[in-house]
Amino acid sequence: MALHLKNISKYYENSREPVLQNINLTIQSGEFVSIVGVSGCGKSTLLNLIAGLEKPTGGEILLDNAPVTGPGADRVVMFQEHGLYPWLNVIENVKFGMMLAGLSKKEQETRALYYLDMVHLTEYRDYPIHQISGGMRQRTALARALALDAKLLLMDEPFSALDKQTSNHLREELQRIWMETGKTILFITHSVEEAVFLSDRIVILSPTKRSVSDIISVALPRPRHVYAQEFVDLRHRILEEVRGEKI
Amino acid sequence: MIGTILLLLILIALWQGGYWLCVDLLGWWKPYAMPSPQGVGLSLIRLGGNGSLLRATANSLLRGLTGYALAIVVGLMLGLLINRSSYLQKHLKPLVLGVQTLPSVCWVPFSILWFGLSTSAILFVVIMGSAFGIALSVDDALQNIQPIYQKSALTMGATRLQLYRYVIFPAALPALLSGLKQGWSFAWRALMSGEVMTTSIGLGQTLITGRDLADINQVMLVMLIIVLVGILIERCFFSIFEKKLLKKRGLV
Repeated sequence: MALHLKNISKYYENSREPVLQNINLTIQSGEFVSIVGVSGCGKSTLLNLIAGLEKPTGGEILLDNAPVTGPGADRVVMFQEHGLYPWLNVIENVKFGMMLAGLSKKEQETRALYYLDMVHLTEYRDYPIHQISGGMRQRTALARALALDAKLLLMDEPFSALDKQTSNHLREELQRIWMETGKTILFITHSVEEAVFLSDRIVILSPTKRSVSDIISVALPRPRHVYAQEFVDLRHRILEEVRGEKI
Repeated sequence: MIGTILLLLILIALWQGGYWLCVDLLGWWKPYAMPSPQGVGLSLIRLGGNGSLLRATANSLLRGLTGYALAIVVGLMLGLLINRSSYLQKHLKPLVLGVQTLPSVCWVPFSILWFGLSTSAILFVVIMGSAFGIALSVDDALQNIQPIYQKSALTMGATRLQLYRYVIFPAALPALLSGLKQGWSFAWRALMSGEVMTTSIGLGQTLITGRDLADINQVMLVMLIIVLVGILIERCFFSIFEKKLLKKRGLV
C-alpha cells in the first residue's frame, strides 16, 4: 500500500456544506489512478489535501503508513499551470527540487539529464522558459517532478491548458514513461478519455454526494488505442456515469 | 544618443535666444535674476577648475548612497514585517502610506533638533524620505508573486528559508528593483532638502552659497549637476540591471 485515505472530509470555514466527505481510497505502489468528475466536485481539493497544501477537516491520510501533515518532496505535484521558474533555464528548473534536497551538483546533473532525455528535451536544456512552447514547459515540469523520485506523483490536470494535439501527444508520452518507471501516479482530470487512456483504476467523484460514487478498473492492455472498440465502450460507460452525477 | 545631444543643443540654443531676447533686448528680467548658458559655463569653469564642484558632488553622492543604503535596510525590514503580519498589513500600512506623502523637507526640523547641523541630520532626512516608499514597494513586490511558484516549491520540499531564498526573492526581484529605483530618486531629492540646511560641503550647500552670493548662474549650475547625477545613476546602474533581468525572463 502506498497511499491510504481514511474517511476524509473537508469543510471550508463559514460553510456547513462539505466540499468532500467520506472519502476512502487506497492506492497501491506502482498504480496509476485517475480521479474524474465534473468541475466543482472537489477533485483539486482532494489533491491539495493529499499534497499537504490544505488540511482535511476529518479523517486521515497515510503515505506508507506515515500520516501526511504538510507538503513534502515525497508527494511532488505537477500543476495545470506548469509552475516553472522564469529566472531559471530548463535544466536548472529540473534540478530545482534536487537542489532543495541538497543533492550533490554531480548527482543533480546526472539525474536531470536522464529525465530530460526521457521527456525528449535534452537539446533544449539551456533554453529560458519563455522560449519554449506550452507542451515543452509541461514536459520540463514532468521531468522536474520525476527527478525527485517521489513515492507519489500527483498530477492536477497537467495537460488541460494545452491544445488537443499536444495534450494527446503528452499523454502518450506519460503512458510510456509510467510503463518505463513504474511510478505511483494520482492523476486528476476532467477528461474521461484521458483517464481511460492512462489509468489502472478510475475514481469518479460525485458533486452531489461530495464523495466517491464509483471506482472502475480498466483492464485494457497497454499501449491503449482510443479508437479500439473496448476503449470507446468503456469511455462511453464512464462518461454516462459521470454525467448522471451532474446536479 | 545623437538625438539626445541634438535635443540638448536645441534647448541650449532656445535658452540663449530667450535670454538674449528677454534680458538683453527687452529688459524684462534683470541679468542677476536669469541665468545664461554663458554664465553657467563660466561658473562651471570656475567651480570645476578649483575642484570644489567635484568635491561637492563626490560628498553629496557618498552621503546620498550611504543614506540610501540605510534606507534600503530600514525599508526592507519594515516591508517584510508589513508583509508577514496581517495585523501590521491592516493597520500599519495605511499609516506608512500616509507618512510617505510627507515631503522630506518636513523632517528637517526634527533632524536638526536631534542631530544638530551634522551629516547624521542629513542622513536622517534621506532615510525618512526614502525608506517608507521602499517598504511599501517591498510589500507590493512580495504580494504580487504568483502563488503557484511557492506552491510548487513547497510540494518539492522547500523549507521556509529556501522558499525565501530561491523562490520569493527571485520572483519579486523585478518589482523590488523598480521599487528600489524609485527609492533612489526619493533619497536623492531628500538629500538635497537635507543639504541646503547644513554647512557641510555638498551640492545643496553649493546651491545655497550661490543664493547667498546672488549668483544665479551658480544656482543653475548646481541644479543641472543634481539632475545629471540623477540621470547617470539611473542609466548606469538601474537601467542596465533592469534590462538584463527583464530580457532574461522574456518580459521585454
